[in-house]
Amino acid sequence: MADTHSVIGTKNKKGQTFTDTWAMMNDAPRTPSFYTGSEVIKEALRRASCDVMIAYPITPQSEAAALIGELFAEGYIGDYFRGESEFAVMSQCAGAAFGGARVFTTTAGPGTMRAMENFPMWSGARLPIQMIVTCRGINSPLSIQPDTLEIAYLLNTGMLVWHAETAQDFFDWILKGYMVSEEPDVHLPLALCCDGFFVTHTKDVVNLTPADMCLPPYDPYRSPVPCMDMECPPVRMMRDPFVMKSNYISYATHASWQQEVWAAVERSRKHTIKWLNGLIETENTDAEILIVASGTAVSQGREAIRLLEDEGIRCGLVKVKVLRPWPGEEIREATKNAKHIIVPEFNVTGWLAKEIKATIPNSERVHAGPRVCGGMTMPPEIIVSEIKTLLGIHTVSMASRG
Amino acid sequence: MSKERIKISEDLYDIMPSDYQDLVKSATYGKEDRGWKDIGNSKELIEQHSLCAGCPESMAFRYILASLPNPEDTVMVGSTGCTSLVFPMVAVHNIHSLFGNQNAIASGLKRALSVRFPGRTKDVVVLAGDGATVDIGLDMTLQAWFRQEKFTTICFDNELYANTGGQESGLMQKGFVAKMAPVGKLFDKVRLPEIARESGCHYVVQCTVSKPSLIEKVVRNAVMISREIGPTYLQLYTPCILEIGKNSMEGLQEMRDSEKPTERFAYKEYVSEPAKQLLAEMAAKDKEKKAAAKQLASQGA
Ligand SMILES: Cc1ncc(C[n+]2csc(CCOP(=O)(O)OP(=O)(O)O)c2C)c(N)n1
Ligand code: SF4
Ligand SMILES: [Mg+2]
Repeated sequence: MADTHSVIGTKNKKGQTFTDTWAMMNDAPRTPSFYTGSEVIKEALRRASCDVMIAYPITPQSEAAALIGELFAEGYIGDYFRGESEFAVMSQCAGAAFGGARVFTTTAGPGTMRAMENFPMWSGARLPIQMIVTCRGINSPLSIQPDTLEIAYLLNTGMLVWHAETAQDFFDWILKGYMVSEEPDVHLPLALCCDGFFVTHTKDVVNLTPADMCLPPYDPYRSPVPCMDMECPPVRMMRDPFVMKSNYISYATHASWQQEVWAAVERSRKHTIKWLNGLIETENTDAEILIVASGTAVSQGREAIRLLEDEGIRCGLVKVKVLRPWPGEEIREATKNAKHIIVPEFNVTGWLAKEIKATIPNSERVHAGPRVCGGMTMPPEIIVSEIKTLLGIHTVSMASRG
Repeated sequence: MSKERIKISEDLYDIMPSDYQDLVKSATYGKEDRGWKDIGNSKELIEQHSLCAGCPESMAFRYILASLPNPEDTVMVGSTGCTSLVFPMVAVHNIHSLFGNQNAIASGLKRALSVRFPGRTKDVVVLAGDGATVDIGLDMTLQAWFRQEKFTTICFDNELYANTGGQESGLMQKGFVAKMAPVGKLFDKVRLPEIARESGCHYVVQCTVSKPSLIEKVVRNAVMISREIGPTYLQLYTPCILEIGKNSMEGLQEMRDSEKPTERFAYKEYVSEPAKQLLAEMAAKDKEKKAAAKQLASQGA
């Protein structure tokens, strides 16, 4: 059986050195590069020692998925192809992961919804697949615009769910994500989400690790379930398949396995804290007003805080990086001084605000908004104006500006 | 070599289930000329099953598992349906994930195994019901064939959705009255064998499982051709005796009746040119081996 540690320091067929991930991410020199989010995904994959990537076109992830095809053509990825639909692609990803491969895919909006049946299956089968979700609208009439509603549907699948704010988050988290997902006490899929277009189609300076370093390969035998490759005994696990039995043992088996999946989500907490330096990031949490957000709403929140500061209003910030496992403790602690908790979101239902309300005492402090959706941008001014309204300060309405 | 992977530590031998001990003692992993005749003299790769008594699917399973040319390096992919009652008792790695996605799973699996074990044989064999293959999973069935994925697809055609209680399926005969076909099915049995040929399968056979020797031959051919050339498809009639109102003893006769030359399960075969060549090479090698063995035997005598 492969021992991942023994390959560190050796080279892959592209001449990249398998490098200890901690050293690669934290100690290796970084080169500032000016890239689109899609290009950043490609650069992360170049360093990810990925065995199989399966693609399907849907805006706004098509460019990233095609760029990874170029990586395959260059020899950086073991295998790559276009599947026939997102449902099929996610099953193809599952097949590859069952067979012991490190697997990567990307999707968005309707693609996420089309594939949905696969996600609880992935986590139930303990497949550490990484799926990038470049969120876009899922409503009718058809929309390709940024909108994060699809994340709400992912939260109860048993997948790890992270929400990146910037392209830099994306680059680092793709690589770190495999480290968390592939821990034997976790071994779960990761939905690494970002806000489509805002992150994928804008250029930003991203500090890249050296291109001649790559992750150690995935070791499918460090898994809580056997790899389906006939390299270990084909133990007949059951006399009777539980699906057909209406008895207590069957119910107990299904119940305990679901509990185990969610316990594994919990166990990812310590690894995630280590790799991401916490599930949340905070600034000035002693302020009475606090913006709590995830994704690019965090960036808009930061701008709003700057505008408010100009007017002498002090406001703190909580950036929620990880949605599953849910950082309940951290959010309770960070919001304990706040009188007003503002939750700006890029979706119509306000799923983040609901999660926060269910987590903290005195949840009437949570103001679920401003919310934009359907591709609208969120000018920092609307966050400012919402906060001022809450404080009873009169503002000129945005609409009157023409 | 194959038994190496399943052997039991001496200290733990007595606590292993007896059927596992039997596997180590007398299963035919690694036996080059394994086949249906091993049934009865060796440990089969299937233990008990919870199909209905007399269900022809159980015969089909036994013949197929006895005939896989390389079970020690074969991974099977199933789907939801009556077959999923059996897979937990099958002694080759097998995957159940969802209903209808079996050919998508197999596509990813085969590619992963090719990336991980270059130059080594790892066969992938799909086994699913007609509902899974032809209705809910049809796009994935066909697309895997279009892409020339190198694995074998086997469909247990019982002409209905057995596991959910006998509803209409695409492979059901026209006019058959069933649940969800209250006035009889209104369209013809889907001609998947022909579609398989047009979709790029290199070996297509439709038959019943009445004859173990025939199943041995077609399974071997299908697996070898998919390993070397491209996709292959077997459509096997495994009547659902429960839903067509037959007794446990009547499955075999039902298959014999349906495979007569004028009936819908008359033997049908398609072999592509490259597959024909491969089969000819295999036959020539077999002949050579037999001749050599004969010579050796006569020298010894
Ligand atoms: C997505 C989904 N839809 C429907 C079902 C319900 N279902 C389970 S088995 C089955 C029928 C299987 O029929 P077939 O593939 O012909 O296999 P058989 O039981 O006849 O061997 C159905 C409809 C399911 N499990 N999943
Ligand atoms: S329901 Fe039909 S197909 Fe299923 S096990 Fe019983 S006889 Fe066989
Ligand atoms: Mg059926």
